[in-house]
Amino acid sequence: MDIRLPIGILFSVLGCILAAYGLLGDPSRYRQSLGININLQWGTVLLVFGLGMFLLGKRGMRSAKREHAARSSELSLKK
Amino acid sequence: MTGIDWLILFLYFVFVLGIGVALRGRMKTSTDFFLAGRAIPAWVCGLAFLSANLGAQEVIGMGASGAKYGIATSHFYWIGAIPAMVFVGIFMMPFYYGSRARSVPEYLRLRFDEKTRGLNAISFAIMTVFSSGISMYAMAKLIQTLHVFDQPFHNVGVGPQWLFHIGILTSAVVVLVYILLGGLTSAIYNEVLQFFLIVAGFLPLSWLGLRNIAGWAGLKARLDPSFTHSWSGMGSPATNRLGVEWFGLVMGLGFVLSFGYWCTDFLVVQRAMAANSMSAARRTPLIGAFPKMLFPFLVILPGIIAVALPSPSATKTSAAAAVSPAHGLIPYKMDATTGAPVIDKNGVAQLDYDLAIPSMLLHYFPSGMLGLGITALLASFMSGMAGNVTAFNTVWTYDIYQSYIRPNATDQHYLWMGRAATVFGIAFSVAAAYMANRFNNIMDMLQLVFAFVNAPLFATFLLGMFWKRTTGHAAFSGLLAGTTAAAVHHSLTLPAGAVPGIKGGWMAVLHTYPSEMAQNFWTAIFAWTTCFLVTIFVSLLTKAPEESKLVGLVYSLTPRPKEESMAWYLKPASLALIVLVGTALLNFIFW
Repeated sequence: MDIRLPIGILFSVLGCILAAYGLLGDPSRYRQSLGININLQWGTVLLVFGLGMFLLGKRGMRSAKREHAARSSELSLKK
Repeated sequence: MTGIDWLILFLYFVFVLGIGVALRGRMKTSTDFFLAGRAIPAWVCGLAFLSANLGAQEVIGMGASGAKYGIATSHFYWIGAIPAMVFVGIFMMPFYYGSRARSVPEYLRLRFDEKTRGLNAISFAIMTVFSSGISMYAMAKLIQTLHVFDQPFHNVGVGPQWLFHIGILTSAVVVLVYILLGGLTSAIYNEVLQFFLIVAGFLPLSWLGLRNIAGWAGLKARLDPSFTHSWSGMGSPATNRLGVEWFGLVMGLGFVLSFGYWCTDFLVVQRAMAANSMSAARRTPLIGAFPKMLFPFLVILPGIIAVALPSPSATKTSAAAAVSPAHGLIPYKMDATTGAPVIDKNGVAQLDYDLAIPSMLLHYFPSGMLGLGITALLASFMSGMAGNVTAFNTVWTYDIYQSYIRPNATDQHYLWMGRAATVFGIAFSVAAAYMANRFNNIMDMLQLVFAFVNAPLFATFLLGMFWKRTTGHAAFSGLLAGTTAAAVHHSLTLPAGAVPGIKGGWMAVLHTYPSEMAQNFWTAIFAWTTCFLVTIFVSLLTKAPEESKLVGLVYSLTPRPKEESMAWYLKPASLALIVLVGTALLNFIFW
């Protein structure tokens, strides 16, 4: 397992939840965060980070599979 | 806490346990369980190396120190961590990883003898269980103090007095399940996940705080200069907030304590030993050093901002208590039994600096972000706890059980014992957490004893790895002498304003230090120097070890590790140089 996959999924989900809550929720609650819709802004950052990690994880898994296949064929040739 | 905050917390638990479940099929041998099959890439080990140390002490403690001492707290990173992390990666990892030792105590057996290993293994095993218990206790106490969980639990008929027990039980069960299922791999993967969560939860706090206060310039304008300079007052203990002079700081913290922890503590070294190659093992602490270098902005800065902000209710809380001139968001420390503020001997109400970061979270984060912040806080506690538990089960199984109780058993038996050790290690930690809750002084005393045991360790490793003449008898007697020197120094000195007892001076008071920190640093310096000199002296009196047995264990008898063909920025030496230059720059900027 490439750890970037679960991290990517978790952060994408967290990002979506926060951003959606920021978009749909009551704007008056952001007085606390200096008038900044911190849920929407930080949720978007987390979503982008999550998607990036997920794509890197996918790429990592593919290259690990390729390496594994190359090693297995090398071993079978030796036999 | 509203529904969305609970949802975020719930998702975190699902993922943490899910990682354990996903890895459960892989734990076939004891090497898989204890050493993650030595198959983890460098960047994962590097973040886990850092995260295993990110327990309660790091997040809550460094935020509290930020509020109390200001940016000088960064010495714990820029002097007290980075140089040691570079040293362990460049110079020591070839011996740890190259010797194929499965633990730090096992390295001591290979290099010295059985008794030196036994001493280190037993003291380390006891220490990890208590550290894990203290982390658990701190988390449960914080949950109770914050009151964020009171209402939801009240709604289901559970009173606030149960929150402490629920906090301990939940963290124990979650950590137990994911380590039982996936061993060290699971702990490491979760530490990486927790690392990102901690950054995600705390970074907006520093950002909002700085924005609120008009940046670093605004912070400087609001606070005494001693809060915003790390070196400029270090000439004398009287001119800086730490109450320690530069020599005590550099030697005590920067050399003895820092190198003693980062270079010899199996809790962190185990993460590098799980790496998939020698170069990955060497890069592990160096990769961890990059975020470590920037952590002051994540955990110390919110603490400083908490002091600088205008206090929402800056009034007298008690007729007897004088109001502190600058306390910002930091609340007064309350006596748990009377409910009144804790007053010191001068009649001044004490501030609860440990609540600096939690107060900032509640101050700036609306629901949604609050859930993420609380989750980050819990993640930091669990990550520190799991680090201790995985180090404990390995040392127990390999260095105590396999060595002294049941040697020559099958690998499957040791795998089973590792799982059993996880269960009883966590059970002991729970007991330690309750002990901390009941007898605060016992925990203080235990931590003091551990400090005495740890302080001389780096002298033993330094001589063992770099002087081939060092013998087993010398290492053992040096460690004992160093620990005794630490205890004697502590018993004869006292920090200013303290009464003889747990704080020192319990035999006589020959010297008074300006602060407790200065006393701790000098205790470490005395312990290290004694261990160093006694080890050299006894080595010269005892028979030199056979050189052929020291190949791979001592610098002068080990071929230099050949660097595989890799890009310059992946080479350990380049990473070390970048991180050292970066740290020097940060010291200079915040001088």
